[in-house]
Amino acid sequence: MDNFGYLFAAYTIIFAVIFLYVVFMWRRQARLETELRAMEARLKDVREELKSRAAPQSRSAQ
Amino acid sequence: MNKSLNLWLGALTALLMVAALYMVFVYVPTEADQGIVQRIFYFHVPCAWVAFAAFGLVAICGIFYLWLGQDIWDDLGYAAAESGMVFCTLVLVTGSIWAKPIWGAWWTWDSRLTTTLILWLLYGGYLMLRAMADDTPQVARFAAVVGIVAAVDVPVVVVSVRLWRTIHPAVLVTRQGGHGLEDPRMVATLLVAMAAFTAFFVWLLILRFATLRMRTRLVTMARELNLAHAAAGDF
Repeated sequence: MDNFGYLFAAYTIIFAVIFLYVVFMWRRQARLETELRAMEARLKDVREELKSRAAPQSRSAQ
Repeated sequence: MNKSLNLWLGALTALLMVAALYMVFVYVPTEADQGIVQRIFYFHVPCAWVAFAAFGLVAICGIFYLWLGQDIWDDLGYAAAESGMVFCTLVLVTGSIWAKPIWGAWWTWDSRLTTTLILWLLYGGYLMLRAMADDTPQVARFAAVVGIVAAVDVPVVVVSVRLWRTIHPAVLVTRQGGHGLEDPRMVATLLVAMAAFTAFFVWLLILRFATLRMRTRLVTMARELNLAHAAAGDF
């Protein structure tokens, strides 16, 4: 069982790095999903505001 | 990303990884010269294979981006570069851990090791460019060119054990042709580990690609929002 420490270290590092990368990626994805939902809501609000501003102008033009 | 595909691919990866671990620690015989530490190779070589495949994909995506100019190729190339970098880092670290008891040194300037380090540095530069510059088509074009040029090092790393004098073991390609694994159980273990890492890479790639597509959508929406504000006379 010589050099078992090296074998253990190698496999521990492999799985630790992979685990950290997956967690990092999931957190980043969750943050982006939140940002995307907030952005969609803001965009919807601005579009509705534009529509409501345009509606009286078109009525006065008629 | 399709959630059921994500789940199936994740399950397949987990299954193959468990099988690979069983084969590495229970099934495969211990190598006579190197002893137990040789078992590092069953995960070290698949990490290298996946890193090379990832960097090859970056180059292919770069060519398609320069040709077609579609964001999707840029995002796929970026996702592949990031995943490839993770696996290339693991190749260097696990190789170094193996080298210490076998060669008596953590690192030597051997041709295989040096060309792999150059590859890691090249794609490190690619990722720094992506992280520090804005998301503009010009930066995407620069990154595509860097990704294509850097991939030239991949075949150099693969054939380095045949081209130059080296102390690195030739597992897949020897100077005489054929491979360096003599026991069929060793070959089977390596193949299962390679399948596990390939499935894992595809899963990671899809996950990261989905995140990057989301980010591209966010940037587009931010531009739309600015235009809408401008139209509303807020600016």
